[in-house]
Amino acid sequence: MKLSGAEIFIECLRKEKVDTMFGYPGGVVIPLFDKLFDANDIHFVLTRHEQAAAHAADGYARATGKTGVCLATSGPGATNLVTGIATAYMDSIPMVAFTGQVAMPLIGTDAFQEADITGITRPITKHNFLVSDTSKIADVISDAFYIASTGRPGPVLVDLPKDVSSGKIDFEWPEKPNVPMGYRINKKADSAEVILAADAINKSEKPLIYAGGGIIISNAHKELLTLAETINAPVTTTLMGLGGFPASNPLWVGMPGMHGTYTANMAFTECDLIVAVGARFDDRVTGKIEGFAPNAKIVHIDTDPAAIAKIVDVDIPVVGDAKAVLIQLIKQIKHRRPNGWNKTIEKMKKEHPVCYNYSSEIIKPQYVVEQIYMITKGEAIITTEVGQNQMFAALYYLFDKPRRFISSGGLGTMGYGFPAAIGAQIGKPDATVFDIAGDGSIQMNIQELATAVEQKLPVNIAILNNKYLGMVRQWQEMFYKKRYSSTDINVQPDFVKLAESYGAHGIRVENPDDVSDAIKEAISIKKPVILDFIVDREENVWPMVAPGAAISEVMEGKKL
Amino acid sequence: MKHTISVTVENKFGVLARVSGLFSSRGYNIDSLAVGETENPAVSRMTIVVKGDDKILAQVIKQLNKLIDVIDVIDLRTGSYVSRELMLVKVKCSARKRTEVLEIANVFRAKTVDISHESLILLITGTEEKVQAFKQLMEQFGIMELTRTGKVAMLRESNNENRDDTELN
Repeated sequence: MKLSGAEIFIECLRKEKVDTMFGYPGGVVIPLFDKLFDANDIHFVLTRHEQAAAHAADGYARATGKTGVCLATSGPGATNLVTGIATAYMDSIPMVAFTGQVAMPLIGTDAFQEADITGITRPITKHNFLVSDTSKIADVISDAFYIASTGRPGPVLVDLPKDVSSGKIDFEWPEKPNVPMGYRINKKADSAEVILAADAINKSEKPLIYAGGGIIISNAHKELLTLAETINAPVTTTLMGLGGFPASNPLWVGMPGMHGTYTANMAFTECDLIVAVGARFDDRVTGKIEGFAPNAKIVHIDTDPAAIAKIVDVDIPVVGDAKAVLIQLIKQIKHRRPNGWNKTIEKMKKEHPVCYNYSSEIIKPQYVVEQIYMITKGEAIITTEVGQNQMFAALYYLFDKPRRFISSGGLGTMGYGFPAAIGAQIGKPDATVFDIAGDGSIQMNIQELATAVEQKLPVNIAILNNKYLGMVRQWQEMFYKKRYSSTDINVQPDFVKLAESYGAHGIRVENPDDVSDAIKEAISIKKPVILDFIVDREENVWPMVAPGAAISEVMEGKKL
Repeated sequence: MKHTISVTVENKFGVLARVSGLFSSRGYNIDSLAVGETENPAVSRMTIVVKGDDKILAQVIKQLNKLIDVIDVIDLRTGSYVSRELMLVKVKCSARKRTEVLEIANVFRAKTVDISHESLILLITGTEEKVQAFKQLMEQFGIMELTRTGKVAMLRESNNENRDDTELN
């Protein structure tokens, strides 16, 4: 049977059970788009910038657990994906990015819209491929999806030259998927390692469980709950792990790190054992290494051996998949009764809650997040942009379930939240989705209002509008004598009119009393809605650990 | 401290760029890198000499293992191993000095591969120490040009750790 490269491409996507993809066309990918035109079983979402296509595929993947797929043309189309791919790479998100490429004979000749995208994305992809022949398309696509979605997931890029996708060959499906020679997936841990870990846990007087994004990737939230409740250990979840452990559970102490809770940071400082699962001891969490967890032994469970002992010295490494290892571990640990340590933690939680000074005159950004939390009953999917908006969302919206909090943790990409919300809403059509944004971030992919309107997505964008680049301004206030260099962004569009100009809905809120009604109205409108909350301009995020300080040095801000 | 590692990789487009990119993006120091096909044309072997302490070496090995194209990474300290290097050196050498240069070359079993009125090109293979010593001795005559391959290395089958790495050729 003679098939063109483009036809093989579509069939491969079907075999991988892809029913949704995001992208933007261009010259060298017209052959692919021509075949997509007839593929009614694949929902192709046209974004208005390739960066948004990558972020949308990413948000889709985080919300559903499936592999996100995006497609862009060569040259500038491909380079526009770079930020989105790097975002997915830093957070270990399964994604396959397809880019068109100039025809094979033209590669290396500085042709029109040519870019060495495989070279450019080499350091930010789990792996990438340049398909040099039509006969190789099927093998490459099968490998790409396998690599992207297994082990520690990550983005994989597949570069398709124009002649490869238009070429026709007699095609037969390869019999078996081709597993790369050097690729190892670590599932079950060595039983000796598990025994050592269990032993350390059983002997510990002041254990702390530190859980990260790996819990969510591995679908290990139930096992994590069992572990925590068996040993009655306090649990802290990182930004990437929020929802991996129920915030409503009394054992939860909040998020740790630079903007983490007092209790989580002090728990690290005073514990005698850290059980790290699917977390990577990122610098935002550890603060000054010399001051990090001075009294604790560390058990580190991770599927990626390179993440272990990269930042801190680890006493008991356990290499394996979070879910599989927790199951092994639970069999070996003894029930531990709550003791003085638990009482200390409870006291800290009570005496150092996350809080802010509510005002009836001016909207506080924290109040907006709190209200969204209460009205959606903690059940919404929340995406965020980056900066103060992100931290307020992480601190004031409490997550009990995984795959509800979608935020660019590792790369910290402004402009991520809105397209990610689009991807999440498409993946979860029945969910209520909010993007908690800053006025700076939202303008970076504002053109996606067109996509949201076209796709009829009822996403809600809550702009915490302080007319500043908030987080940077906070640092300038605290460390640079309030010299607000390039952070005053009061020249901005009328967001309500902007939303309406796209055919979406806009609501401006200037009074704290109007906040909850506005949120309820937005949820009831089945169109994209921008909520423009005019908030206190100089509100800061607390708690905070200054850069270079130890996490025991938590600043809690002034309380009235 | 220098460490020698042997990395087997799939002989695929871009694999050298991947490995060197990994080193540069993470700030690891490559002292030398030699790569070529093995007995299996689909597989190449790289011998890399890395500068750094034990902690860095451990990370280098783990990060290399993560690369999809990398099949295996061996830290050659884990057993006794054979290592050799090849060097071509163009030495300034008029007819008067030639005998002296060739005498030293003979001692090192280096071969003359080119001769002209004012220079000689000598080819030497050996351990890193031998090659280094030869280079130092040639410096007194004047080195016009020099090129080294970097170490290639292989684990010995007989795992005798105390054996001397003596010349057998």
